[in-house]
Amino acid sequence: MKVSIFITCLGDVFYVNAGKATVELLERYGCEVDFPETQTCCGQPAYNSGYHEKTKAAAKNMITAFEHSEYVVCPSGSCAYMFREYEELLQNEPDWKVKAAALKRKTYELTQFLTEILQIENTGAEFHAKATYHTSCHMTRLLGVKEAPLKLLSNVSGLEMVDLPNRHDCCGFGGTFSVKMPEISQQMVDEKALHIEETDADVLIGADGGCLMNIGGRLNRQKKPIKVMHIAEILNSRGDN
Amino acid sequence: MPLHVGEKAFKSRVEKGLGNEFMRGAVRSAQGRLQDSRSHAAEELGDWEEWRNLGQEIRQHTMENLDFYLQQLSEKVAERGGHVYFAETADDANHYISEVIEKKKARKIAKSKSMVTEEIALNDILEEQGCNVVETDLGEYILQIDDHDPPSHIVAPALHKNKEQIRDVFKEKLGYLHTEKPEELTLFAREQLRKEFLSAEVGITGCNFAVAESGTCALVTNEGNARMVSTLPKTQITVMGMERIVPTWEELDVLVSLLTRAAVGQKLTSYVTALTGPKEESEGDGPEEFHLVVVDNGRSKILGTEFQEALHCIRCAACINVCPVYRHIGGHAYGSIYPGPIGAVLTPLLAGYEDYKELPYASSLCGACTEVCPVKIPLHEYLIDHRRNIVEKENKSNLSEKLAMQGFHKLAGSAGLFNIATKMAPFLVTPFVRDGTISKGPGPLKAWTGARELPLPQKERFRDWFKHRTKGGQHIAKRGD
Repeated sequence: MKVSIFITCLGDVFYVNAGKATVELLERYGCEVDFPETQTCCGQPAYNSGYHEKTKAAAKNMITAFEHSEYVVCPSGSCAYMFREYEELLQNEPDWKVKAAALKRKTYELTQFLTEILQIENTGAEFHAKATYHTSCHMTRLLGVKEAPLKLLSNVSGLEMVDLPNRHDCCGFGGTFSVKMPEISQQMVDEKALHIEETDADVLIGADGGCLMNIGGRLNRQKKPIKVMHIAEILNSRGDN
Repeated sequence: MPLHVGEKAFKSRVEKGLGNEFMRGAVRSAQGRLQDSRSHAAEELGDWEEWRNLGQEIRQHTMENLDFYLQQLSEKVAERGGHVYFAETADDANHYISEVIEKKKARKIAKSKSMVTEEIALNDILEEQGCNVVETDLGEYILQIDDHDPPSHIVAPALHKNKEQIRDVFKEKLGYLHTEKPEELTLFAREQLRKEFLSAEVGITGCNFAVAESGTCALVTNEGNARMVSTLPKTQITVMGMERIVPTWEELDVLVSLLTRAAVGQKLTSYVTALTGPKEESEGDGPEEFHLVVVDNGRSKILGTEFQEALHCIRCAACINVCPVYRHIGGHAYGSIYPGPIGAVLTPLLAGYEDYKELPYASSLCGACTEVCPVKIPLHEYLIDHRRNIVEKENKSNLSEKLAMQGFHKLAGSAGLFNIATKMAPFLVTPFVRDGTISKGPGPLKAWTGARELPLPQKERFRDWFKHRTKGGQHIAKRGD
């Protein structure tokens, strides 16, 4: 099975370990992994800010970059979902619209791909920690991936998972929202940080770079000793932590 | 100005909200309660998603045939001896109502809860006219007593106040002598209101749904006050938004079920009152004269646009009850009598972008509102549509954002430029790195680092690692390597 990695900007620049773990996981299950080098950003910052005309170049670039891929796998629910918006974005350009629909059909978020396509519920991972999981909004509400990450995490040996209170609440990232409405965003991430602390977990696990950067950035500022990790790192872990 | 509440500037309204610990505590606990009871009531129904689909279909069908159903409603009300007035604007509605009251030489008006009369600022007009207008919904009554504090929620207007604050309002304004126990507070309000009901000459009600086939107006309440307002005064005026209509009693059944469950987590409220025209000779009570005022006030402009589904709203406030932004800033920060996600969608549609251009941005687009809406209004998508209008049609976005997006457009559209930019990132931020983190970011990063650390861009990007990595000890040659 051929899989192309859609790494996302945050994954390419900040969360490199999550990307590495994604590749290693997929290869372990026999996927032939490639990385189309012309990929850039999915365009979500411009799209969600209302700059739809200015999103089109990014969308077309991504469609072209992954045109020949069999499957596209992304370690972010939010960015994976953005690929699903292209069809409507390019609805007045019939050729592109068709290509956008094809991209939508073959794109999966990592845990979704593992459970739905590879039919894996246990990655054989071992990670010793008490952890809690942040459900990111776009992944659960828009992409509809709810159970997959929790199922996979429940099978990691050595990992004690604790429910995060009010887990359905947004962490306050919201892309440009975090810098456009910083005062409100801060209150939201503070509330999230408070609930994470209540769980007494050592590690916060998430599946979206944006949320992790937001929550991790706030926890670091508050000097809270909670480690923030991407789910791919946990699922690829071999108990050497 | 109708619709508008509070100070003019969005930023100062938000600051005020964020700084109000009492309000935030009250909102937090109310949201928690309402969320729990809503999910429980939805689960109890079993096939909630099918109910939502049905709700959406009913609203869609009704909006697509709104002219037909309004005509039918108006004929049926007239057949039963009622008067119907279609008001194009808030002024038209206020003028008509004020004339009816003037003709009756009435001075005492009892009102049950109605958001549309808040929207058109009816009370202001009637008070100017010398009327004594008494709000009889407990929440509205508290706010009216408290020097006309505006509502902050469309179902629970005094949600921003806790019981201690309510006790203090009653004490200061009405000489209340008891405790903050809800039972005692309610009993006191009940005693005050009873006198008002008995002496009111005109009753004004809102309308949750009007049933076109019979010309009936349905009111959903827990306090029974709407029943008093529509029974005791000799003249009744019911004011409805023009979209608050259902074809038949069958659809009323579905929508009332969705409304009470989504709003307060009840299978049914204590009272669902259905009124059809003035009282008939054989009937013992009810108004002798009945007026139905159907308010457009910008609604018909929404018909046929991409925002048409905003008219599907049944005012349950489920979106407000789950919104994390609302939780922190409270209803008044929205500057509109319609707060929360539905308010951020509806207010600019009814009152324009000029005064409300920030509202569509007061959301992290988390989608909790869309998920919970009982008639499936794509609320967070509408917020993006508003942003697109503000940017691309109205050209109202600021220069720094425009420049940033122009830059983004160039970068994300070009693999070469994107590659250079991400490669340069670690070097560009070097001057701002202290102890392995960025605590004070430059330019646009400043807003980020106001509350959070910024992680460091990695020296070796994912793409570099992938290109040069060894798999099983073997270096993999890549194109261009």
